[in-house]
Amino acid sequence: MKIEVLYFAWVRERIGEPRETLETEAATVMDLVEELRAREPRYDLAFSDLKSLRVALDQELTEFDASLDGVREVAFFPPMTGG
Amino acid sequence: MQVTVQSEDFDLAQVLKGFGKAPNTGATVSFTGRVRDDSGTLEHMEIEHYPGMCEATITKIAEEAATRWSLTDCLVIHRYGNLRPGDQIMMVATAARHRVEAFEAAEYLMDYLKSRAPFWKKEVTREGADWVAAKDADEEALNRW
Repeated sequence: MKIEVLYFAWVRERIGEPRETLETEAATVMDLVEELRAREPRYDLAFSDLKSLRVALDQELTEFDASLDGVREVAFFPPMTGG
Repeated sequence: MQVTVQSEDFDLAQVLKGFGKAPNTGATVSFTGRVRDDSGTLEHMEIEHYPGMCEATITKIAEEAATRWSLTDCLVIHRYGNLRPGDQIMMVATAARHRVEAFEAAEYLMDYLKSRAPFWKKEVTREGADWVAAKDADEEALNRW
């Protein structure tokens, strides 16, 4: 399946791009993270501490064990600092 | 209810002019957040945002507040882009029958915007640039609601 992956703040800086379209068979967010980490060191670095990361599926905050079934957009970012 | 995410500045007086006009409104409260420079070396602050998710998340938070405190009006403006010390970052305004509801709803909005709205701040100082880390206290602040 094709999936849009977005990165924000220091995750974006570590990976070096704001978004990309990926072809993946990953079943969950965690599977996708493992797939990316194995790809290149810059991903491995960006995803080295999952406790300092948040994930949203189709623009809704969720957990790393969430299913990617039917999902079009995944976003990874650090904890938000709005306000 | 109005939720706006924009790069441009806003005119507080102008925004509040048409706010909370329903006849059953007895109290309006507004809060404005500004770029603070504690160190005296801040050149600017970059505010990154997630277009789409920002609007959706803030709208959900505002709807929650509107229901919980029976607000007669509710407004949130949040900016993104490069801001300088003293610049306005965001504002919330609430209107209710009584002041307790208006004040509480405004605090609720601020607490949730801080930890749930997808914005990230980077401070650019004369010494370098760094992302502002989320504080545990901000997350804990949600527990009181």
